[in-house]
Amino acid sequence: MVGIVAYGAYVPRLRLQRQAVYDANKWFAAGLRGLAKGERSMANWDEDSITMAVEASRDCLTSHKAEDVRSLYFASTTQPFKDRQNAGVIGTALSIEQNLLASDVGGSMKAGTSALIAGLNASKNGGGPALVAAADKRLARVASSNELNYGDGAAALLCGTENTIANLVGHHSVSMDFVDHFRGDETDFDYGWEERWIRDEGYSKIVPPAIKAALAACKLKGADITHFIMPSLMPAVPKQMAKICGIADGSVRDLLGANLGDTGAAHALVMLVDALEGAKAGDKIMVVAFGQGVDVLVFEVTAENAKLPKRKGVSGWLARRKEEKNYMKFLAFNEMLPIEKGMRAEFDKKTALSVLWRKRDMIYGLVGGKCKVCGTVQFPRSQVCVNPNCHAIDSQDPYAMAGLEANVMSFTADSLTYSPDPPAYYGMITFPEGGRFMADFTDSDKEQVKVGAKMRMTFRIRDNDTMRGGFKRYFWKAAPV
Amino acid sequence: MARGIKDKVAILGMGCSKFGERWDSGAEELMLESYKECLADAGIDAKQLNAAWFSTAIDEVHVGKSGIPLSTTLRLPNIPVTHVENMCASGTEAFRGACYAVASGAADFALALGVEKLKDTGYGGLPGGRGGPLQALWSANGTAPGNFAQLATAYMTAHNVSADDLKKAIGHVSWKSHQNGAKNPKAHLQKAVEMDTILNAPMIASPLGLFDCCGVSDGAAAAIVTTPEIAKSLGKHNIVSVKALQLSVSNGSESGHNSWDGSYFHTTRIASKKAYEEAGIKNPRSEVSMFEVHDCFSVTELVTMEDLHISETGKGWKDVLDGFYDADGKIPCQIDGGLKCFGHPIGASGLRMLYEMYLQFQGRAGARQLKDPRIGMTHNLGGAPRENVSSVAIVGRFE
Repeated sequence: MVGIVAYGAYVPRLRLQRQAVYDANKWFAAGLRGLAKGERSMANWDEDSITMAVEASRDCLTSHKAEDVRSLYFASTTQPFKDRQNAGVIGTALSIEQNLLASDVGGSMKAGTSALIAGLNASKNGGGPALVAAADKRLARVASSNELNYGDGAAALLCGTENTIANLVGHHSVSMDFVDHFRGDETDFDYGWEERWIRDEGYSKIVPPAIKAALAACKLKGADITHFIMPSLMPAVPKQMAKICGIADGSVRDLLGANLGDTGAAHALVMLVDALEGAKAGDKIMVVAFGQGVDVLVFEVTAENAKLPKRKGVSGWLARRKEEKNYMKFLAFNEMLPIEKGMRAEFDKKTALSVLWRKRDMIYGLVGGKCKVCGTVQFPRSQVCVNPNCHAIDSQDPYAMAGLEANVMSFTADSLTYSPDPPAYYGMITFPEGGRFMADFTDSDKEQVKVGAKMRMTFRIRDNDTMRGGFKRYFWKAAPV
Repeated sequence: MARGIKDKVAILGMGCSKFGERWDSGAEELMLESYKECLADAGIDAKQLNAAWFSTAIDEVHVGKSGIPLSTTLRLPNIPVTHVENMCASGTEAFRGACYAVASGAADFALALGVEKLKDTGYGGLPGGRGGPLQALWSANGTAPGNFAQLATAYMTAHNVSADDLKKAIGHVSWKSHQNGAKNPKAHLQKAVEMDTILNAPMIASPLGLFDCCGVSDGAAAAIVTTPEIAKSLGKHNIVSVKALQLSVSNGSESGHNSWDGSYFHTTRIASKKAYEEAGIKNPRSEVSMFEVHDCFSVTELVTMEDLHISETGKGWKDVLDGFYDADGKIPCQIDGGLKCFGHPIGASGLRMLYEMYLQFQGRAGARQLKDPRIGMTHNLGGAPRENVSSVAIVGRFE
């Protein structure tokens, strides 16, 4: 039976304090006071939907082999590239390329659930394990409610037919062009219609019939649902929909608004991961996503869920947090503030695509080499072994290093180099297995970065070539464990 | 070990422009400023030059490529001009080329001239963002201060030196260079600085503060070399000859193999050992009279004095604090102010160091003249602690 085999999530470390946002903007938008509580996740300057999806996928694959994945779906409304497969970047970062069907899914707040349905169907039909990753990093206008309500984050689900932790009981979708909000291709921001209309003519008329159809297909009643997942920027709406469909109020899952925010196309899956983390065998989970129609999926949790090896998941990543009260930093990280970057930020960031292709396993996969003659692990892989007592030629096998922990040998906090988040931390990191390189650090503070500190590799944005329309360069950085 | 070139080459003349923020001059004017002094000092005619070596490190922001800029600016008589670049060792590389030409007999008179015009970039510090298309995809977003700051971190770790002790020692390195630079009319910075000012300066790349970093200067320096025999035949006295020229280049082991702990310059240890051997120096701590080393950062000088086998490994900071390298110490280091105060026009720096040695041996160093120096050593380090070129030159009286 097809279902979910493993889950993972990712939440950026920074948590923007909503009060700080309100304090900066209340002169203009005093009406936002009601939203000025709690915190929302805030991507670091070097994170986007691709990097967050890579992290969630790694979290998900804690217990499974990446090379077994046969299809990869990436759902987002903020995919960094319009033409260049975003899912393909994720696949390369996970070192899965061969025998892989990769697909980008977008265009709606139900992109995450639509991708999950596609992944489940792909697996069901003998397609092998399917990885579904969803991430969003939506921008919002200054002093808007979206700015306070949105959060950045990602989820990943591995679909398969063996050792499923939650079986798919059934699913139902409707598609209709109800435009509650939209984001045209000439803007970064959403434009939304009146909330009361969305509630009364949209949610109330479109969602209940779809839920009822799904329940009927699954031969279930509303009361059978243990966990009801339905993202919405209007917190009362999921409860209303549940009530209409006979689903117990206590089954309606928390929207994670207080400390995460709404993660867009990813949010239904983020909430699903959150539910799976505590779900018991036999629990029935309904996932509803609304966006120009509705996707409804129903799962039944199996006994395997309790046996799933530990991973960070939503709760683990939420627990890793740093409060951010600097609203200006949030604006600057999102390129919404024409900040003086100085001439050092001007250097050309053109990428030689031919080099990137030749070295993609090194750059996107952090694959180094291991010498067959002396056993030395090294990065990058080179034709002549780096060991001064070896120097064997053409002796190295590829050696994956992204999953290895490293130690800080030396480091600095550099105030001279241009960084969107100065000072720039970087240093020589060494891998106990062998190998070292001078790496940029990220998510780092003075208190954490020390000689000997343990670091974890993370896939991040290195540069953005804005001269050529926004070609993002990705590479691996070291972050404190 | 090869036979070496000890005493086969003599410095016939040298010149050095005023270093500094030379808003009045381009690279061409600076080149000519050093060349005029050098040619007059050598006492020969330009037509007698057989070959020239021209050094720059960041020529993309001033003269561009090839030997043509030197040949055109000086209107050289269509002789071979070789443009050399080896980061901060470029000046010494030009000198090495010229010396080897003379030592081989291929040239009787060879010119080495180095220049750097960096103050046309619009900002302070060295231009960033260099490197090939692969490097741009993965190497850390670092600067020179950030790379050398890590030498300090690793040195403290390796030798269990407290942050406070190290800060004081590297502060003393810069204090001493400012004392010396104040006596050098050609220096970029000619002002003595209080220790408190140094220790409390803003951080550039921790633990290196503003005074731990040398600035960026415009300037040029030049040498004309010949054989000692020809120099004598031209009536020269106090002849200064070349005792050794060595260069060691990283092969990636420091940056890629876990055997290096980051606290020393692997290359400098090798280059200096070979140089002492070429020069026949058995005990450098007692035989060398003065040093001009690559103090791009205060900590670089401190560690370099260990890697040149003068201070004991891990103890250099104590020698520094004891005043061993001060102008009135046992072996003065950076008597001309060093990169820190004389300045660091990269392509010219190696030749600038030799210029000071040359003046000292000839008793022409003015207010900073040392008493009876016999042997002097210069050192350049290009790149970063983990990957670099290290050049050393030993010069001295021709006896």
